[in-house]
Amino acid sequence: MTRMIDIYSILPVMIVAGWALLLLVVDLWIPRHRKGITALLAAIGLAIALGFVLASSGNTILGFNQMVVLDGFSSFMQVLFLVSGMVAVALAYDYIQRMNINHGEFYVLMMFSIAGMMLMSQAYNLLMVFLALELLSIPLYVLTGFARTRLESEEASLKYFLLGAFASGFVLYGTALIFSATGQLDFVGIAAVVTAGSANSVLFLIGAALLLVGFGFKIAAVPFQMWTPDVYQGAPTPVTAFMSVAVKAAGFAALMRVFLVLFPSLSEHLTPILWVMAALTMIVGNIVALAQNNIKRMLAYSAIAHAGYILMAFVAFGNGEVVGNTVAATLFYLVAYGLTSFGAWALVIVIEREYGKGILLDDLAGIGKHYPWLGVAMLVFMLSFAGVPLTMGFWGKFYLFRTAVQAGYIGLAIIGLLTSVASAYYYLRVVVYMFMKPGEPKLQINPWVSLVIGVAALAVLLLSLIPWTILELASRAVLLLQ
Amino acid sequence: MLFQEAVMNSTFSLVPLVVFLPILGILLNWLFGKRLGEKGIGSIASLAAGGSFVVSVLLALALLQNHEGAHIPLFTWISVGNLDLSWVFRVDTLSVTMMLVVSGVSTLIHVYSIGYMHEDVRHQGEPKRFRRFFIFMNLFVAAMMILVSADNFLMLFVGWEGVGLCSYLLIGFWFEKGEGGLGNAKAAKKAFITNRIGDFGLLIAIFLIFWNFGTLNFAQVFEMVPSVAQTQPGVLMAITLFMLLGVTGKSAQIPLYVWLPDAMAGPTPVSALIHAATMVTAGVYLMVRTQVMYMAVPGAQQVVAWVGAITALFAGLIALGQFDIKKVLAYSTISQLGFMVAAVGLGAEVAAIFHLTTHAFFKALLFLSAGSVILGMEHGLEAGSHGHGSNHTDGSNHTDGIHHDDPQDMRNMGGIRKKMPITFIVYLIGALALAGIAPFAGFFSKDEILVAANQGNMLIFVVLVVAAFLTAFYMGRQVLMVFFGDARSDAAKHAKESSLLVTVPLMILALLSVLGGGLNFPGVHTLEYWLEHTLEIPHATEFIVPIALGSLAVALVAIFLAYLVYGRKPLASAKAADPLAKPLGVFFRWMNQKFLVDELYQAVVLGPYKKLADFFAYPVDQGVIDGLVNGMGSLTVSLAGALRKLQTGFARTYALSIFVGIIAILVYLLTRI
Repeated sequence: MTRMIDIYSILPVMIVAGWALLLLVVDLWIPRHRKGITALLAAIGLAIALGFVLASSGNTILGFNQMVVLDGFSSFMQVLFLVSGMVAVALAYDYIQRMNINHGEFYVLMMFSIAGMMLMSQAYNLLMVFLALELLSIPLYVLTGFARTRLESEEASLKYFLLGAFASGFVLYGTALIFSATGQLDFVGIAAVVTAGSANSVLFLIGAALLLVGFGFKIAAVPFQMWTPDVYQGAPTPVTAFMSVAVKAAGFAALMRVFLVLFPSLSEHLTPILWVMAALTMIVGNIVALAQNNIKRMLAYSAIAHAGYILMAFVAFGNGEVVGNTVAATLFYLVAYGLTSFGAWALVIVIEREYGKGILLDDLAGIGKHYPWLGVAMLVFMLSFAGVPLTMGFWGKFYLFRTAVQAGYIGLAIIGLLTSVASAYYYLRVVVYMFMKPGEPKLQINPWVSLVIGVAALAVLLLSLIPWTILELASRAVLLLQ
Repeated sequence: MLFQEAVMNSTFSLVPLVVFLPILGILLNWLFGKRLGEKGIGSIASLAAGGSFVVSVLLALALLQNHEGAHIPLFTWISVGNLDLSWVFRVDTLSVTMMLVVSGVSTLIHVYSIGYMHEDVRHQGEPKRFRRFFIFMNLFVAAMMILVSADNFLMLFVGWEGVGLCSYLLIGFWFEKGEGGLGNAKAAKKAFITNRIGDFGLLIAIFLIFWNFGTLNFAQVFEMVPSVAQTQPGVLMAITLFMLLGVTGKSAQIPLYVWLPDAMAGPTPVSALIHAATMVTAGVYLMVRTQVMYMAVPGAQQVVAWVGAITALFAGLIALGQFDIKKVLAYSTISQLGFMVAAVGLGAEVAAIFHLTTHAFFKALLFLSAGSVILGMEHGLEAGSHGHGSNHTDGSNHTDGIHHDDPQDMRNMGGIRKKMPITFIVYLIGALALAGIAPFAGFFSKDEILVAANQGNMLIFVVLVVAAFLTAFYMGRQVLMVFFGDARSDAAKHAKESSLLVTVPLMILALLSVLGGGLNFPGVHTLEYWLEHTLEIPHATEFIVPIALGSLAVALVAIFLAYLVYGRKPLASAKAADPLAKPLGVFFRWMNQKFLVDELYQAVVLGPYKKLADFFAYPVDQGVIDGLVNGMGSLTVSLAGALRKLQTGFARTYALSIFVGIIAILVYLLTRI
């Protein structure tokens, strides 16, 4: 029997999903040239859900027979997803008009995907995890191919779908193996069986490894990252921005939730794998980014590299003493990275004129001179990506490295530092092109996009003066363990 | 009685004004100077310096009542652990003496500068710098006052660095002028860097003091000196010798004196104030202030005495071979500072301060008068070139290279006596005072030093007597070359007396140079009784008639010899050789070329240093280090190119990559189970 408390525990998810369904119908009566209304309605729906998330935060509830959980962690993540969604709407509004893909379904699909992410952060049952994963992924496949008349978009969509389905298969297979090892699907039950020691350890371990593969695909960890550049490049840019922030965050939400609750006992076996994945992700992401001339691809590799930094702190997931710091540092980093990433992608949206043409470094020439504020904002974002002090990126990296060092992974921290140094090269190259090369750029700047850029740049700078406030929030976002 | 005491103490608490009045002057000139015009700027700056002087006089009057003085705290600067540094002003007879000298001479020079700089900024074609000059000058007064009023080593060091900065700024005042447009800037740089070496010594000394004494406060340090001298004589030796290194920098002693002659690139009032009367005596003041430390290590005293004596002799010799009117005075300053340093080394601190004071009077007088002569020459140069027109078409006024137009070259002068009578008379007074002719000030003060040497170390006495002989000789040579004979250039022919703004301060200084000896007149010893309240005076000064007469005789003989060489048959023309050049031969050339000390430093220190720096800069930094860094860079980029090729664009490759990843993980796990 469904209790009120069950409804209450997933109320924001239901609001987003329900609002999206309604919007799908309402949109039929909104004429093509007034799709701004759809965008506005979508944003309102997200804002209402955000209000409910904030209102219900601070509670810890297991709902629907332990299928879902509401805790500090899920509330923090949901705020992140909903704000990301609103930013993505702001970025998309002008862009999809310009690119002539102005359909109301864009916003609806985005809301469905957000509902999936929110559910992912609350899932407390492996089936729910899989369901959430599919709910967030499938709308994204469609969104990636939203410019369906463009070859690049279709190609990216198909690749993403094929590989995503491949990865989902591993998640499902892993779930099945864990079920066969423990006879349970919900986290409480699995944890109880594992604690009792009656689980089949081999099947359990292999199941865990397969889940790692599936989540590694979503967060674009090496060697499961190869789809990223192609998809990031081919998708409509607001979708890319949304993916680089929200989807990555959702992947980490799943990884943290599942691993911290279910697999601490496997850390002895999984830690070396995570170590290698983190190292490879940082190295490959940063080094291949050096060779990119296309800004979208460069940012895609940069996104891979940043996932590597977070993984570095995550390697210690089985170490009970630092795991609290791991979660806090990761959440902090997701905020810092999200702000920076949205800012940088917003600039790409400003500069991008023709769909799929791609933006080369040369297209940036002269922006610093003709649009100094844009240039300065990009400088801020690039410095934040590179982790230079007085930006949020610096503090984010600082907390991640601190966690890694606390957990004793000094070698990994050194790899992180060195690759971070290398990354300064390609980030600053952007600045060099903007400020030191002559050029005559002609840009049309939409007020919503410039709002995103301005707010992001100010937040990156100003929050870096008071980083502990965000860290304090992140530290309070406790994850319900068993 | 109580009331009197209260008045006195409130007078003492005025002491911060000696620093803050000049700072107020800076602020006023900085904020409003542009609207005030030259007269306003000069008045504010002079009033600021004069105000300092008035405060110093009040302090001196209060000290007459209460010889012990006072410590006036201003604020706590640094307080870390057991290091507690406060900005405390020390009012005692020594510091007030220095304040009087500094502010008094400064005030006169400020007034003089109003007239002098009015001409100079126009001559150099940059009238806007008038204000800057006075701001720097006030800054100097403030820094010098911090130096002399400090109650601990660190405040003293603040002042020490402050005056060094002002010296740098003012030497380079015409930074774009000079040889090749760089000469003045180079001179300023040289002064600054040379002083850095000295400052390094002083800093080490201060560190050692803090390390071994645990405090930087003068009184506390001096109190502990006897016990430290017994337990760690080596430490005290090191402290005093490192301090001496600082002194050789600031007070231009061997081996660091080389910056002072070049410092003459600054405007003449700067040479008078900073590089003759006040700043360069800071080293002497430092050693007098820390006399307790030097007295505790006789070995260090010996070194000090010898450094001073040899400097006095060596610089005197160089002065003999110079033709630039200011260079002669510069070497003379070095030589006289040598006398003072030697006096400190001989334990005659009172004599050192006495000579410091009288020297401030007559050397400031000489420099300012020389400035007056230069102004006259510049006037004559312009008048001459206007009058003759075609003769001076090549006349670029301010390049040192062209011998004929150099208004500072004594060979271009001659006969100025008739053109500039007031300047001549005051110059003569200054020269006689410097030469040590009774009853002028220099006679008494120099005599005291000679007496101390006579009682202390005969060898040093001999050296100093020779130096005194040289002093009288080169001053005789200078006066005769500049003022007597016939004009040897158009400039000298058309020279013209300077304005009252310039000459009145000269007259006051001349008066002081005449009467300055009275400060510590034999038998009265006012200065000695005054300083006795602050300093330890091991043996009272005596006036020994044979020595006095002997030194007077030496000076007179020297002047007579100078007359024989330069007076009887003046230089025929500006191109004629110095009459001493022939008889002295190579030795004169050496003196003229300053014994090639600059060249020696260039070859021994600067050359190898630059080579070393080049070595580290080019092969090591640009070759090895940059090579490594660039190599890493290009290695990374080529790795990026290789990895990039894996990104084929085919979905099957990507799936393969995922598959390989899974296989690797599973294989690893199976090996672990």
